[in-house]
Amino acid sequence: MKILRSSKWTITLMIVAALVVLGATNVFAAPKQKNIILATTTSTQDTGLLDVLIPIFEKETGYFVKTIAVGSGQAMAMGQKGEADVMLVHSPDAEKKFIAEGYGINRRLVMHNDFIIVGPSTDPAKIKTAKSSAEAMKLIAGANALFASRGDNSGTHAKEKTLWKKAEINPIGQKWYQETGLGMGQTLNVAAEKKCYTLADRGTYLAMKKNLKLDILSQGDAALLNIYHVIEVNSAKWPKANTEGAKAFADFMVSQKTQNIIKTFGVDKFGSPLFFPDAGKKVEDLGK
Amino acid sequence: MELIIQGIIKAFELIISFDPEVMGITWLSLKISGTATFISLFIGISIGTIVALTNFSGKRLVISIINTGMGLPPVVVGLFVTILIWRSGPLGFLEILYTPYAMIIAQAIIATPIVMGISLASIQNLPPNLRLQILSLGASRIQMVWVLIKESKLPLLAAVMAGFGGVISEVGASIMVGGNIKGYSRVLTTATVMETGKGNFDIAIALGIILLILAFLVNLLLTQVQQRQHPR
Repeated sequence: MKILRSSKWTITLMIVAALVVLGATNVFAAPKQKNIILATTTSTQDTGLLDVLIPIFEKETGYFVKTIAVGSGQAMAMGQKGEADVMLVHSPDAEKKFIAEGYGINRRLVMHNDFIIVGPSTDPAKIKTAKSSAEAMKLIAGANALFASRGDNSGTHAKEKTLWKKAEINPIGQKWYQETGLGMGQTLNVAAEKKCYTLADRGTYLAMKKNLKLDILSQGDAALLNIYHVIEVNSAKWPKANTEGAKAFADFMVSQKTQNIIKTFGVDKFGSPLFFPDAGKKVEDLGK
Repeated sequence: MELIIQGIIKAFELIISFDPEVMGITWLSLKISGTATFISLFIGISIGTIVALTNFSGKRLVISIINTGMGLPPVVVGLFVTILIWRSGPLGFLEILYTPYAMIIAQAIIATPIVMGISLASIQNLPPNLRLQILSLGASRIQMVWVLIKESKLPLLAAVMAGFGGVISEVGASIMVGGNIKGYSRVLTTATVMETGKGNFDIAIALGIILLILAFLVNLLLTQVQQRQHPR
């Protein structure tokens, strides 16, 4: 009777599976009411900044933060649908529109760093000689040099588009213009591999520099400032949003203690800070 | 090449040192995909058997749909599950977006057609007279079905392996509905994507190796069960 013998194994297998299921149910019991959904840019995650800040916040307040790292565009789209409670983003024009349309409230300045144009050290388009970022973009286009664009409506992508506009160039559809549709880290990898120029935020570039064969070729222009704001989702529009949690997180981001952490974050690893804390300052005064 | 060796060394470092974060991620991967596979077994085998054993008009169409489902793209599943369960979605009241539960649901949806398709084919593949033979020996209908399922143990365990293999290695849906939240919904595949994005290729390779080892161990266990010699 092979059927009887094989049933022993069927039973063993079922017990193993049942144990897996049982084990699964009890550990997932994370705090339910105290969840905050934070929609943020890939740069804050890829640099490791949030890995430092979130545990401190969670420990202090007891909230559980669900960090969803996407492009700024997608982060705000989540906020617009009420799928996020609070956003940490760096796409100022889109943010202003977001606030004006009543989706978000309490937009507060958190920190800044800057964008840089990176590329292969051979610098085929000679952008090192450029006096401004717009001129550098013109040179890239003029030389038909490969340029890797995020192409994902992220804050970096938005900045890149304004730079093309300033340079009076429409890169869409050009052979040398390649849209990756990926996050900053992955786009840098693509750029390094294909010897493209690309626009990157300094934080992510520094965090990844060790694996990249890309040099900073254009920097320091005021147009390249990269400014991060924290925005709470408007609960009048989305009653389901965790307003209190969002406010607690936003307050935490601009608190003196957090700002001090941001100030020194990355110094030990990269020799220079990745972000500059700006809480309470005015956008116009940045970079001076 | 150097990077791959670094990755392999890193993998062993992480395993031997029982790195708590990596162990947590590995355990979570096993739990989520194990649970999803388990759910898909119930649904997949029962519906697969029913479809195999009954005759109805449109049966070929149903089988075609099931077989198409075996190739269901995970990102599409992820997208639909996301839209269903986000706050403004029809199932938003459950509040399970960006939780392991959502990942289990998505993975179960991916695995179910795989299990269903293979079990359907394996039951259909049994000699047609076997059914009559079992019934004539005095078995009830339920007993008959049970015997048939056991008779196709070999392909059914292959279905388990295919289903599990499909979901443990899946990343698109998991990252969409799970959110890759540290210590909560971060599994081996989503962590690999993130570490690659961060440029930590050694850790990414190490996670990949751990994923392979995990899949191998699970399959080894299932193969032991499957290939066990029974006296004929």
